[in-house]
Amino acid sequence: MNRRRSRRLGWDALGLLVFVVMVFPVFWMVSSAFKTDDQITSYNPTWIPLHPTLEHFRGALNRPYFWTDVKNTLIVVAVTVGVGLVLAFLAAVALAKYRFSGRAAFIVLLIGIQMLPPIGLVIPLYVLLGRYGEVNKLTGVILVYITFALPFAVWTLRGFLLGIPKELEEAAMVDGSTRLGAFVRILLPLIAPGLVATSVFVFITAWNEYIFANIILHSNSKQTITLWLTNLLGGGRNVDWGVVMAGSTLIAIPVVIFFLLVQRRIAFGLTAGAVKA
Amino acid sequence: MPYLLLVPVVVVIGAILGYPIYNLVRLSLQKYDLFALLQHHGEYVGLQNFDTVLHDAVFWHTLLRTVVFTVVNVGLTIVLGTMLALLLVRVSTWVRLLLTAGLVLVWAMPPVVGVQVWSWITNSDNGVLNYVLGQLHIGNFFQHDWYASPFWQLTMVTTLIVWEALPFVAITLYAALSQVPHELVEAAEIDGARSWRIFRDVTLPVLKPVLLILTSLSILWDFGVFTQVYLLIGPGHLTPANYLMGIYVFEKGYASTDFGLGAAISILMLVAVAAMSVVYVRRMLKVGEAQ
Repeated sequence: MNRRRSRRLGWDALGLLVFVVMVFPVFWMVSSAFKTDDQITSYNPTWIPLHPTLEHFRGALNRPYFWTDVKNTLIVVAVTVGVGLVLAFLAAVALAKYRFSGRAAFIVLLIGIQMLPPIGLVIPLYVLLGRYGEVNKLTGVILVYITFALPFAVWTLRGFLLGIPKELEEAAMVDGSTRLGAFVRILLPLIAPGLVATSVFVFITAWNEYIFANIILHSNSKQTITLWLTNLLGGGRNVDWGVVMAGSTLIAIPVVIFFLLVQRRIAFGLTAGAVKA
Repeated sequence: MPYLLLVPVVVVIGAILGYPIYNLVRLSLQKYDLFALLQHHGEYVGLQNFDTVLHDAVFWHTLLRTVVFTVVNVGLTIVLGTMLALLLVRVSTWVRLLLTAGLVLVWAMPPVVGVQVWSWITNSDNGVLNYVLGQLHIGNFFQHDWYASPFWQLTMVTTLIVWEALPFVAITLYAALSQVPHELVEAAEIDGARSWRIFRDVTLPVLKPVLLILTSLSILWDFGVFTQVYLLIGPGHLTPANYLMGIYVFEKGYASTDFGLGAAISILMLVAVAAMSVVYVRRMLKVGEAQ
């Protein structure tokens, strides 16, 4: 029994060490954001700023284009989530509730698209968007984001729809409701958590996206928040690391909050069905 | 009725993905430079772009480098992820909760933010990594430049990618571990089996299908990686000596505005990816049909 306990103690120590190593970069980001410039440029690091300053957060908020780019990002994300979810939901209903020929082909299409590396499609999409005057416009980015979000959203929503017992739907129809009535009164409340979780994930992917934003949006006033953050580095040696870390923290916060809210519900979206949790 | 529901999704995917992919093939057979982009019209040159790429030594070096990079990154991600999942089973409940929370936090970090934090930690002038390594007496790392050679540039990218990928792999595998039959493990322990044998003969067969999917997903992601490489090494420091496939497409096609050549490279890259994703797609199709 004693041996067993000491072994458990050893695993716990290792677990804590792994925790420290894994979380350190995130801790360092937040901690650095609150330090004074002297503490940041000193070779001897300050682990925890005992007199935290908000100077760098103020600096980040006052950097050119911060608010413009936040506004742009919110527009892009809102439209992507709104349009993407409606389209995805319709297709998910088709997949979950009907058997039809071409179903397998459609599933292959959905999964296949998720496997394509976005960078491999940059060239033709850039040329296409250029032809229709959508380069350097938010609409160009929105179209691309919706398309790349659809397969994931359809697949995930389909999983949530499958989780609804058929009897419930049938019971509603026996009561004399139409299919639409059954849908609105019975299905919709049940699927609501699934819709929220899927929206959040589409939100996060659009918020984090860099590759297409970088090639489509050229002018500073039309960029999204990831471009704003990477522009802070500027390639020079005199980087204001305090502002970069404050900016990073600000951009990470909404994502972390939303991710924590839905991670349990949807974590296995990509391996759905393969892992029976 | 089901077809009506599918129409919107099919139309959007067809217009924004199907048409560009068709266009990709056409572009790859054209000389399509900045002038052609403005005219919306390229000049047909047959297979010349493919010929150029396949005779470019940089292409073959990049391909080889990308394969090695992918093998190393996927190998590290899967092995460390499995070890982490096994560790999660063995620790006390409070450590498990803490560690899981930490992993989810890391998982939630936007990739672009990860790059900025990495740049700051590994900064040569006042990065905390050099300080810590110095304090641990591992050597003299005062103002050590971690990005001095292509090998080290890609090694730093590897550390970032593995750090970002570990939580997903570890947590998924931890969930799969709950399916390992307890009685079997205990019986094996009573029989005096060594822990490595228990892992190989009892645990591994249960994990195998999940490991297969995680491995193929990781291969696809790491083979086509762009953002982390582009930003961590820095747009100004990309040279043929540190190109990965994603960077090569971007530099040759987009940055040098030779869209025809870029399209040819994209096709070669997409074909390679499609071949690699067969395993994953087949597995997921089985799941989709079963339900």
